Parts: sequence; structure tokens; C-alpha cells
Amino acid sequence: MNKPMILEVKDFSLGYTAANNELVSVLRNVSLDIEAGEAIGLVGESGCGKSTLALAMMAFLRSGSQVQNGQIRYHGSNLFEKTEKQLGKLRGGKIGLIPQNAGQSLTPTMKIHAQLAEALRLHSDLPRSTWHQRSLELLKQVRLPAPDAMLQRYPHQLSGGQQQRVAIAMALAGSPDLLVLDEPTTGLDVTTQAHILELLCNLRQELGMTMVFVSHDLGAVARISDRIAVMYAGEIIELGSCADVLRTPAHPYTRGLLNSIPRLDAEGLPPSLPGYPPKVGSVKQGCAFAPRCTHATEQCQQDAALVAENSHAVRCHRSGDLRRESASINVIQLPVKPTLEPLLNIEELQISYHKAGLLDQWRNIEPPVATVDEINLQLNKGETLALVGESGSGKSTIMKAISGIQAPRKGQIELGNEDLSIAVEKRSNQLKRNVQMIFQNPDASLNPRHTVCEILQQPLKLYFGLNHESCRQRAAELLELVRLAPHYLDRMPGQLSGGEKQRVAIARCFAGDPDLILCDEVTSALDVSVQAAVLKLLKELQQQKGVTYLFIAHDLAVVKAIADQVAVLYQGRLCQIGPVDEVFNGVHHPYTSALLNAVLAPDPEHQPKLSGDDASEQHPPAQGCAYQRRCPQADQTCSEQSPPWRNDGNNRIRCHHDLLELTLRNNSPELIEVANF
Amino acid sequence: MTAITATHSVPVTKTESRWAQAWKNMRRSPSGMIGLSILCLHLVVAVLAPWIAPYDWTLQNGYIMFQGPDTEYWFGTDNMGRDLFSRTLMGGREAIMVTLLGTLLAIVWGGLAGMTLGFVGGKVDEWLMRIVDALLAIPWLLFLLLIIALTGQQSWTLILTLGFFYGVAVIRVVRGATLEYVPRDFVVAAKTRGESRFTIVTKELLPNVLDALLVEAAMRWAWMLLAFSSLSFLGFGVVPPTPDWGLMIADTRGMISIAPWAVLFPAMALSTLIISINLTADAFAKAIGLDRAKAPV
Repeated sequence: MNKPMILEVKDFSLGYTAANNELVSVLRNVSLDIEAGEAIGLVGESGCGKSTLALAMMAFLRSGSQVQNGQIRYHGSNLFEKTEKQLGKLRGGKIGLIPQNAGQSLTPTMKIHAQLAEALRLHSDLPRSTWHQRSLELLKQVRLPAPDAMLQRYPHQLSGGQQQRVAIAMALAGSPDLLVLDEPTTGLDVTTQAHILELLCNLRQELGMTMVFVSHDLGAVARISDRIAVMYAGEIIELGSCADVLRTPAHPYTRGLLNSIPRLDAEGLPPSLPGYPPKVGSVKQGCAFAPRCTHATEQCQQDAALVAENSHAVRCHRSGDLRRESASINVIQLPVKPTLEPLLNIEELQISYHKAGLLDQWRNIEPPVATVDEINLQLNKGETLALVGESGSGKSTIMKAISGIQAPRKGQIELGNEDLSIAVEKRSNQLKRNVQMIFQNPDASLNPRHTVCEILQQPLKLYFGLNHESCRQRAAELLELVRLAPHYLDRMPGQLSGGEKQRVAIARCFAGDPDLILCDEVTSALDVSVQAAVLKLLKELQQQKGVTYLFIAHDLAVVKAIADQVAVLYQGRLCQIGPVDEVFNGVHHPYTSALLNAVLAPDPEHQPKLSGDDASEQHPPAQGCAYQRRCPQADQTCSEQSPPWRNDGNNRIRCHHDLLELTLRNNSPELIEVANF
Repeated sequence: MTAITATHSVPVTKTESRWAQAWKNMRRSPSGMIGLSILCLHLVVAVLAPWIAPYDWTLQNGYIMFQGPDTEYWFGTDNMGRDLFSRTLMGGREAIMVTLLGTLLAIVWGGLAGMTLGFVGGKVDEWLMRIVDALLAIPWLLFLLLIIALTGQQSWTLILTLGFFYGVAVIRVVRGATLEYVPRDFVVAAKTRGESRFTIVTKELLPNVLDALLVEAAMRWAWMLLAFSSLSFLGFGVVPPTPDWGLMIADTRGMISIAPWAVLFPAMALSTLIISINLTADAFAKAIGLDRAKAPV
């Protein structure tokens, strides 16, 4: 240990006083030394205290919380003994923070140059005259194209990735030696996420900063960190080098977590961790993971110490025994037999949000290009079709059209023999019942003022006109279907965990006994271990009930695990469609390969390949291929003519280049330097 | 496959209902409890007044005009020698009855209209809100006087007109509160299920805007009391032999230099009632966490 420690967390405990005057510990005896220049990843599921720890590293406590014991030393001096003024100088200056949602952390009424000037005024000693020059340098440093023009824009005029880059530039303005990144890539598209991570890696090499990287995504952490600290219930349970933790995880929780991540190179569904993480502060003694651990013994009721072996520390009584056992991944296979009976048929669907005003009609103004166009999809009974694409690719718009809350401009949607292109109010009860939807965020899709019973009653009353007593009976059966005990009936959504809420949402959707279920990013708001369980549940229900899923996801590994068919969308146009195996392993559309290459894996060796830039487009092009502006292989024809469909068996690709050409390109992906100047 | 919930051991704490929690929070606020006790006192007195009034509140007695407060006539007597204590006890009955019914009407119609407009949105909402703005711009007191002059001084016309006008103000508040919930997924979920508009408004939106509605109701009630007393003061409220605070103040205000008690006691009764409603409403709003944005988190 020759290198100086930049930050030492020593036996640090943090708690807050709960309503019943009890002190609840959020962090329990955390010790962590961070060397200058290293990047450390804090990983764990929601509520494990990782963000709290990261904020405490800036001596920032959420109101109501207090330090119980221990200290955090920055360059040898305790942060919590400094005055507010000293801390103010430090935060944003020497210790920079990059927040999760850059869009919300930038002031919407200030132009980018004003935001940067503010950061420079507070945290640099540069004279005012050099600020403009320095701002330009900073924007170049974060690889933003055309920095001059960028300075004159407002935050809302930038894409999510660009906003995140500006937030990074602001953090760099104070030339920090420690950078705290709180989930910096969560909520971004896969391609954008890969670009931002690449940028952070480069910046670290250029500037030699120390980084604390907080994330629930082990793939993102693997990309950037030297060491990883795994947290569970406010404790560090495993700490070691990135390769050690990810390749030879010693704690059963870390193993379970790694196993539950769906991977592109695996078949079937990942196994899930049983149970749910404990509530904050509910564990006072013993191993917090013991109730969920398959290896737990009597001994686990006692506190375990963090035992280090070759700088790989584990907090587990049984780690010695477990290391000898091989960590095998047993993938769950739940074969579902899709039938050949067609259920959903979409033909030449076109949707536009534009409503022509009277004046426009009168002046005969061309309406803008439709948001979604030329969508043809066929879905058989019992099949799962996944729609993939970045945000703004029209996936949700298609779902809205199918569920009848957004009228299509042209085209046909049919369920069996019935017309689905009519608004939901005009559909028959039978048809309403047959199409159900599960939403992304169960926090938002369950009415916070209703009990679980009332939530489940609504569709039962609407579709079957059941009376109160039989509703309750049926609601209990529905809960059983999603593996929840009947005592959940009288709880409010606020009292349930994320996974439980999503199960209730799934139960509500099955109340109508539907044929087609629309799943809108159903697992993206959930923790990985819970995600695996929910995916398994969905698959089991499909086996049991023979339902058909139309699945929206941005995580390609999830799609690989659950779907039979994949449709890749870009700017509301289909790029590629076909069976999962053939689309993922066969010939790719250039956009499909861009998406696949950007996928992260929890493996220190894995490096996403970047192609093109991550600038998102506002509107699809008026003519030619939708992907022409970002495609590295685009030529003259691509911008003039609509590309033809090319078939490789069931794998259909819409591109001007022929299949052979595409295959060759796929095998030698060109690495294109991001936004070269 | 065993039920997942069977294996996990998060203690099932029976949490109290929101209203029990709100009551607990409210008990911590001294001003709220003072307000609530005064309010309750007023309501009890209003109900029991005919039985606790020591004298006949309409009996005129020329021999005892403008007597100061003493042991026989606790609040003194007025210009017609009527016992002020009995009249003050009785004076709130009509006002409270009319304004309570008026508030109820305002809340029901304003609340439903506000939620529906917020939910429907679009052109309908835009145009109707402009009408609401126009109605809000009318000086309501003058308008009330006009309507009463046209229809006469019955209680039910007062209730209807007060309820209508105060309902217009409720529309704005409730629509604002509704707009926050309309884009939420649970409303979209209800739409995709094919629920009727009425069900969505009453089942999905109402429970969420109920807090705002209740606080608004309390505030409107206080304002309406003031409006009712103003009307009585101007001679358009209660028909004279019936005692009413506003009317009592109006009748005796000329004699304030010789008999200040005749103005003071009804004025105090009116102001304590209004202040107590405001205090209670404020404390209630805080207790259910409505102004969470303002409170230091």
C-alpha cells in the first residue's frame, strides 16, 4: 500500500430516527479505503445503501439522518468535522458528483454556457475572461460535437446522452480529484450508455481521477472499475478486484446476483434469487442475507466479519466451504409450444401524433412524416414477440395503438377476426378483456389509494360483473397465480416491494383472462434478482394459460431470454424481424449490430464495440432508409429509396445492402471513433 | 413451486389507515387542536342553542335597552332590549346551516366538474376553463345581490347561489390537482381496460384528489360564512326577526359608542368561528401531508 489514500471510510454507520423513535441504521460499520487514481464500483440492489454511502463521501446526509459512529476521511481529515463553508468549497470542486438524471440536475432556464460559467466561478480560480475558452475545452473534453453551438443551447434541446455529457463537463470544471458517479448511465439507451462509459474510461486515463461508481448494473460497473464493493442491507459483503468479484464471486449473494443477470450468450431464463431484500434497518444481528441463502446454517445468525484473502474480502461464515464448490449456472428452460394459429395481425400500420390544424389544411401543408410507419407484424397464439429499439423508436406508440388509446392513421390491426384499430371505448367487452397491458413502473400503474383487493376487483367487476364476495375470492386466486399469499389483499401498494407490486400488476392483467398481453418494459424498473423472478413468472403463466405476449424491452439480453420473435425498430420503422436465434446469431441489420455491440456484460474483459455516434434524431427522414443518418454503411441509394426486405430464411432484414455484404460487415465491425474533431 | 411469500420473513406490520395517521399528526399541532376545539364548541352550541338560550331571543323589552353586560344579561342587551347572549347563541344557526349546505354543493359540483375537465382535457377543457375564468372575474357579491333581488330571500336560493359561485373556484383547484394524476399509468391502465369515464373519475382520480378537496372545502366554508354574514349585514341574508351575527352587527353598529358590546359579541362569535375553521384546515392539510413541498423534508 504505497499509494496515498484519497478517501478512507472507517467503521462508518449512518442511521435515521424512525417514526417510533427507533434509530434505524442505513449503513452498518462500512470500511473502505480508496487509493488515489483507482475506480471503485459500489453495486447492490435498491435500498442497499449504495447511494447513501456515495453521498456520505461528500459529507452529504439526507435530512433526518445522522452519523452513528465512524468517520470518512478525505486526504486524512474527517469530512464531518469540516464547516459548511469548507464543505461547500469541496463539493463540486475537489469532489465532483455526476448525478443519475442529468436532465433534472441541469437548470432548465439556463443556457449551457451559463451553467458551466457558474461551475467555473464557484470552483476554479480562473479569471472571468478565460471562462468561455475553458467551457469550450470542457465540452471538447467530453466529446460533444460543435461545442460553440452547444454553449448557446438550453438543456431541453439536448438529448439524454448530451445532457449527461454536459453534467460531466460541469463536474470536471472544478478539476476534481475524486468523482462520485451516482448511476450515471441508468435510464439511457444501450448505445448511449456504452458511449458514456467509454468517455468516462478515457477521461479517467487522461486526468487520473479517482472514481466512485455507484450502479445496480454489474455490466456497467465491470466496464469501468478496478475494484468492486458489493453491498447488501447497508453492509459491504464482498470487496475485491473487478475480475475476482465477477469471475470467482465468493458470497452467495454475489453469486446469485451474477447468475440472475440474463446474458446474450446463454440459453433460457436466468435463475432468480428467492425472496426479497430486507427492509432498511430490519436486520440487526447476523448475516442479512441468511433468510434468502440456500447455504445458511445456525452459524449465520451470528455477525460475520469481512475476511480478506489476497485482497478479496468476503463477509460470509461459509465462504471457505463455498469457494470449493463450483459456481454453476443452472439456466431455467421453460419450453412453450407456440401454435400456428395466428392471433395478432398488423398490416401497414401508420401512426402520427400530428393533428392538422384548420390553417394547415387550408394552406395544403404537407403533414410531417408519421411517427410510426409501414409496420407489418404477425403473431401466433402462445408466442412472444419482442419489440426492441432505443427510446423514441415508436415501440410504445405501437402498443398504444393496439390497446386502443392512440388511433392509427392508416392500416389494420386485427385480433383473430376482430378489428382492433378502433378506440378502446368502442370495443366490445369481450375484446377489451382479450387485450391487456402491463406497465413499466408498478409504482405508477397501481393506484396508491387502493388496496390490492380493490385493484384486482376493478377488472373483475368491469368484465364479469362479479359481486363483492366472489370478487374477493377470485382476487385471492389471482394472487395465488402470481405466487402471492392471500393476506396481501388488504395491503396498500406503498407497503409492497417493487417485485411484489409488479406481481399485483400482472395479476390484475390476468383478471380479464386475456389472449394478448402487452408488456411495456415490465422489468426495467426492477432489481436484477427480482427481474429474473418476474420473467420466470411470465413464462410460467404463458405455459399455463397459453397467452401471447407482445413485449417491449430495451435490454436485449432480457429479450433473448423470453422472446420467440424479435422485431427491431428504428424511428418507427421496422429494420429487422425474425426468430430470436436467427436475429441474434444470424445476419444483422446495421442497426441491430449497433445495438448488439453496445450490450454490456458483467465481465471485465467484455468491451462494447461502438459504431457511429449516439446523437439521437428528432424525426425520421422523409425518404429513404430510416437509419441512413447513423448508418456507417449508408450510401447514396439509402437516402433516396426505401430499402427492400431481404429474407434469410425467417430472418428478414430491410436494407439496401445484400445479405452477403451484411454478413461480411458483421464479421469485421468497424470501430468508428466517436465524434472526431 | 412454493409461494415466494412464504419464504421471506418481512414482518407484516399492520399499518394504521391514512386517516388514523393524519389524526395522529394533527394532534401534534397545538394551533390545529385549538382551532378544532373552538369549531366543535361552535357546532355544539349551534345545535343546542334553542335549549341553552336563557331568554327568548325575539322578545323585545323597551325597559332594558342597551344594558351593559351583567350577571343577569351576560352579554348585555341590544337596541330593542333583547338578550344578546341568547341572540348570539342563536345567531350562528342559520349561517352555519346555509353555508355548510352551500359548501357541500360547491364541493360536489366543483369537484366533479374539476376532475372531469382535468381528465378530459383538450379543447373542451380549454374552452370551459375560460368560462370559469370569466365567472371568477365577476364581482360575486354584486352578482349575489342581483340574484337575491330577483328571486327573493329564501334559504335555498342562498344555498344554490353560494354553492354555485364557490364551486367555480373549487373547479380550478381540483382540476389542478387532477392534472397531476391524469398522465399516471394507473389512469392509463384504467383507460386501456376500457373503464368508463365516470368510473375513472370517481374510482381512480377521486381518492387521490380527496385530500385537496377536503382542505379546499374547509377554506371555502370559512369564506362562505364571511360572504353570508356580509349579505346579512347588507340586509339580504336572514329575514329580520331571526337573529344572525351579520345582521346584529349591522343593526347595532350605529350605537357602537354607547353600546360597544352589542357589536363586539356577535363579531367575536363570527371571527372565532372563521379563525377556528382556518386553523383546523391548515393543520389538517399539514397532517395529511398536502403541503409536503413547502415543509422541510
